[in-house]
Amino acid sequence: MGHHLVLQVIAKLLIPLILLFALYVQFHGDFGPGGGFQAGVIFASGFILYALIYGIENLRKVVPLDFLRILSSLGLMLYIGTGVAGLLLGGNFLDYNVLGSNPVAGQHLGILLIELGVGITVASVMLQMFYVFARP
Amino acid sequence: MMTGIFSLVSASLFVTMGAVDVAFTEAAVGAGIATLLFLSTLALTSSEESPAVRHSLVSFFVVFLTGAILIYGTIDIPQFGDGSAPVHQHIAERYIKTSPIEIGVPNMVTSVLASYRGYDTLGEVTVIFTAGVAVLILLGRGRREESARQDSANVA
Repeated sequence: MGHHLVLQVIAKLLIPLILLFALYVQFHGDFGPGGGFQAGVIFASGFILYALIYGIENLRKVVPLDFLRILSSLGLMLYIGTGVAGLLLGGNFLDYNVLGSNPVAGQHLGILLIELGVGITVASVMLQMFYVFARP
Repeated sequence: MMTGIFSLVSASLFVTMGAVDVAFTEAAVGAGIATLLFLSTLALTSSEESPAVRHSLVSFFVVFLTGAILIYGTIDIPQFGDGSAPVHQHIAERYIKTSPIEIGVPNMVTSVLASYRGYDTLGEVTVIFTAGVAVLILLGRGRREESARQDSANVA
C-alpha cells in the first residue's frame, strides 16, 4: 500500500460514482433494467474496490462486520415486514394493494420497499462474504 | 478468469436476447463478484492440491448419470423463439396485458419479480441470507479467536 498513487486517485473518483449508480439502479428499477439484486451487488463492489486499493483493515473500520450482520438480517426483515404489513392491513401476505390509497400506489410502495430490502441484504451479504474470504 | 469471461460473454448473449435485467445481474454477479471471490479463495488455499484419498467410481457414475439426464432433458426444450412454447401460452400473456393496469410499473420484469412472484423473490433473498450466514459459520473467525489474536498481537 502507499505506492499505487494512480489507483488511489482513480478509485477516489470512481467509488462515489459507483455508489451513486447503485442507488440509481436500486430506485430506478421500476422504470428501467435493474432492481435490488443488481443494485446490492454494485453497491458492494464499490466498497470492495475500496478494500482492494486501501486495504481491508481500513474497510473494516468504515463498515464493521457486526454492522453488516445486523444489516443483512434487517433487509430480510424489511421484506418480510412488508408482507406482514399487507397481512395486517387486511390483504394477503405480500399483497401490496392494501398498502396505498389505491392499488397501484400500494403496488409502487410495496415494490419499492421489498426491492430496498433485497438490496440491503444482497449488499451486506456480499461484503460479509468478501470480509471472510479476504483475510488480511 | 475463465468463469469471468464466460459470464461476460453470456451477459452479452442475454442482451442480444432482450433480457437486459438478467444480463445486468450476470455481469455484476458472475463477472464481478464471483471472479473476485474465486481469486480470494485461491489466495486463501495453498497452491498444492492435497492427494486424493481414492478415486471413487460411484461418484463418477453419479456425475455421469446426472449430466446425461440433464442433456436428455434439453431435448424436449422448445426451439429458441418458438411462439407456441408453453411459456408464451400460459401466463405470460396475462402479465403482458394486465400488469400495466394492475401494477403500473413500466418495467414488467420488476412487476413480475417483486409483485406477482413476491414469494419466490422472498425465497431468493432468504437463500442469499442463508448463504451469508453459512459462509460466516464455516470461514468466519469466532469472536474468541479474534480477540485472542489481538491479545497476542498486543503482547508482541
